[in-house]
Amino acid sequence: MAMLEVNNIGISFGGLKAVDGFSLTIEKGQLYGLIGPNGAGKTTVFNLLTGVYQPDMGRIQLDGVDITGKKTIEINQAGIARTFQNIRLFKELSVLDNVKVGLHNHHKYSTLAGILRLPSYRRVEKEMDERAMELLKVFDLDKEADYKASNLPYGKQRKLEIARALATDPKLLLLDEPAAGMNPNETAELMKTIRFVRDNFDMTILLIEHDMKLVSGICEKLTVLNFGQVLTQGETSEVLNDKRVITAYLGE
Amino acid sequence: MKKNKLLIQNSITYAIVIACWIVAQILISTGNMKSLMKGLLVPLCIYAILAISLNLTVGILGELSLGHAGFMCVGAFSGAFFTKCMENVIPDVTVRFLIALLIGAAVAGVCGILIGIPVLRLKGDYLAIVTLAFGEIIKNLINAMYVGKDASGFHFSIKDSLSLGLDDTGVVIIKGAQGITGTPKAATFTIAIILVLLTLFITLNLINSRTGRAIMSIRDNRIAAESVGINITKYKLMAFSISAALAGVAGVLYAHNLSSLAATPKNFGYNMSIMILVFVVLGGLGNIRGSMIAAVVLTMLPELLRGLNDYRMLIYAVVLIVMMLFNSSPKAIEMRSVFMDRLKSKKKPAKEAA
Amino acid sequence: MSFLSYLINGISLGSIYAIIALGYTMVYGIARMLNFAHGDIIMVGGFVIFTIVSTLSLPPMLGILAAVAACTLLGVVIERVAYKPLRGASSLAVLITAIGVSYLLQNVALLIFGSNARQFTSVVNVPNLKLAGGALSISGVTMVTIASCIVIMVGLTTFINKTKIGQAMLAVSEDTGAATLMGIDVNKTISVTFAIGSALAAIAGALLCSTYPSLTPYTGSMPGIKAFVAAVFGGIGSIPGAMIGGILLGIIENLSKAYISSQLSDAIVFAVLIVVLLVRPTGILGKKITEKV
Repeated sequence: MAMLEVNNIGISFGGLKAVDGFSLTIEKGQLYGLIGPNGAGKTTVFNLLTGVYQPDMGRIQLDGVDITGKKTIEINQAGIARTFQNIRLFKELSVLDNVKVGLHNHHKYSTLAGILRLPSYRRVEKEMDERAMELLKVFDLDKEADYKASNLPYGKQRKLEIARALATDPKLLLLDEPAAGMNPNETAELMKTIRFVRDNFDMTILLIEHDMKLVSGICEKLTVLNFGQVLTQGETSEVLNDKRVITAYLGE
Repeated sequence: MKKNKLLIQNSITYAIVIACWIVAQILISTGNMKSLMKGLLVPLCIYAILAISLNLTVGILGELSLGHAGFMCVGAFSGAFFTKCMENVIPDVTVRFLIALLIGAAVAGVCGILIGIPVLRLKGDYLAIVTLAFGEIIKNLINAMYVGKDASGFHFSIKDSLSLGLDDTGVVIIKGAQGITGTPKAATFTIAIILVLLTLFITLNLINSRTGRAIMSIRDNRIAAESVGINITKYKLMAFSISAALAGVAGVLYAHNLSSLAATPKNFGYNMSIMILVFVVLGGLGNIRGSMIAAVVLTMLPELLRGLNDYRMLIYAVVLIVMMLFNSSPKAIEMRSVFMDRLKSKKKPAKEAA
Repeated sequence: MSFLSYLINGISLGSIYAIIALGYTMVYGIARMLNFAHGDIIMVGGFVIFTIVSTLSLPPMLGILAAVAACTLLGVVIERVAYKPLRGASSLAVLITAIGVSYLLQNVALLIFGSNARQFTSVVNVPNLKLAGGALSISGVTMVTIASCIVIMVGLTTFINKTKIGQAMLAVSEDTGAATLMGIDVNKTISVTFAIGSALAAIAGALLCSTYPSLTPYTGSMPGIKAFVAAVFGGIGSIPGAMIGGILLGIIENLSKAYISSQLSDAIVFAVLIVVLLVRPTGILGKKITEKV
């Protein structure tokens, strides 16, 4: 069974069809790329998948469960986590606490236990600290655990977002332009990290990216979006050599 | 290592409160405290609790509320109402007062939930005006409310005492704009200090827990918080109602520090809410210790300036404006950082020379 | 007939709210700040007129002109000294500063005039109008108030739509950054906005004190808050919204005073505001704001 099965979804804003008849199938463990020119509707697809917008039509299934029309937090609990194009960290919180917010639904104790510092508080907080540090180590952020998130350099902020998303223990990870604003070295490192996450966390990943080196380097399959519609999809090498794709990027 | 730092910071906060209590006790027992200052001790604690609790809404949750005095008002009246009703049933003043505190907190907390459910969907300035409106509604309703008790139970009216239709055994407990009169004075400075410590304990522990992180994540980025599965409504309501409940505690304390309780624009109007907000902003958003200290300093300031009589509120206003300009103006911030840099660069060569 | 007279008085009170709300809404639209001191400008206007008319026994028209001049100047000075340095700071910081200014104005007035209420002589000298054989009487102040409100509304709309500075105000309220790039002097535009808002507050002060002739340093505070409510009610930032909001508010307040309870009239006004905001979170004529993800 496919991990993500998107069937003919669409949404319009004020008569404009931002996404129209979009379909996509991602198998478990796949590293999948969603590309297309600016304004093609890629981020809108992410927003539809994560319940920020409700689709006007179509169906979305995650690991065999219908999640169409669910709210963002329900979808997160069902197993989709994401990062954002314009980084959205909890700026005033520490790096460690950013990840611990991600762990919120998996390590629980009551508010009262927190206020009264009951044994469950101590135990669960310790678990959370350990788990969060593990995740931070993966992204080489463990030394900055006590920093305020907004004080991290840009590249590290992007990584922290991925760590926070992973903390929610998702089945599917959506990355919205993870390499945006990174230099070639950082991008190369990021590619390694993404592969590592897929292999070691047993993760299925869908990513939006403009950096073709990253896309051709790690994505196994691609879908190209143009004017809200699927232009083509298939194996990365085939898609990138498709004449229509080149035209779409460069214009007529 | 970060854990330890937190522990030290919080201990300092508690220590400051305890030190204040000790100093005050010494001054009182050696007869060195003016009666004016003595009368100010409990109000200072009340303002400290209000400032700490409002900081939970404004600084930690990040939502602007201009109706905090309304929750204080609810707490004050429900607590005092309980005390009046139970005057003969529970003779022990302290026990009765403690139950009144719990009731005031509970009623204010429930009001926080009831008001929070509809209004927390609004944002920023709109939320501010709606909370202000709720505060005024609460004050107005209580001013128009008459409640009496007789052998057949409670009677309620929004017209006047007569329309309560009480029999011979009846007593009017809440008399409209006159409020509740004859509440026994049960609040002491020691109880007030304990309540401040309790408020600090609840607030600081809440902030540094799973719940507190969830609340702060909503403040920092609502959309990201939702994306990692934080239930926005639940945690907003929780912060708002805990903040309201603590304001309710301050209200009960207020009611039991006076012999009569009436809802006037001065004690429970929007001006009071604004004053508490001033404490929070000057003490630092999200800085619990800061808002507590700001509450105490800014309450004492007009009293310390009493010698200047008519000019004291004027000076207060000027101090407020100047402090805001100094603290928040982008130019002033830049100037300060330039100044600090110069100071640093001057120090460095000095060190090298040494 | 009594209903009609309550209604007309409500419209009159609402007209005063509307004139104050215009100042609130214009300042909010352009500087994105809640000017809590706006209500106190009304009080200053009242005291200027009181001094000139009652203390110096000069003609009322001179009093009004002096009040408008004084308030305009005051508004511009306050903006320069207290708000301009905070441009770019958090809106909360500006709000608290505005509260400080409000305290300042109240306490200066307290120092000069004391806390006792002063008897204000009406500046309006128009005879009452008797209709339906004397069954319905409309006071001169009421008529002048409503007329002033209409004149101000028409004048202001024309000013904004037809003049260059009015267009600049629109541009700044739409997008300050883009307006700067188009060569609009944002600082000047904001100054003009404060000047107009404060001049309107002076007129509102004259009308308010003529209708309710007791003047204290706190006179402006509650009408200020209610006008703020009216502005939010109509959709803050919108000029017709402030007008509609103000007049509706006045009518609701007066009718609930007459038919429900004078104790609860304020509570009812605020309750209506809450209901409106819950149904339309940005007010009757407010624009919808969406957050981009």
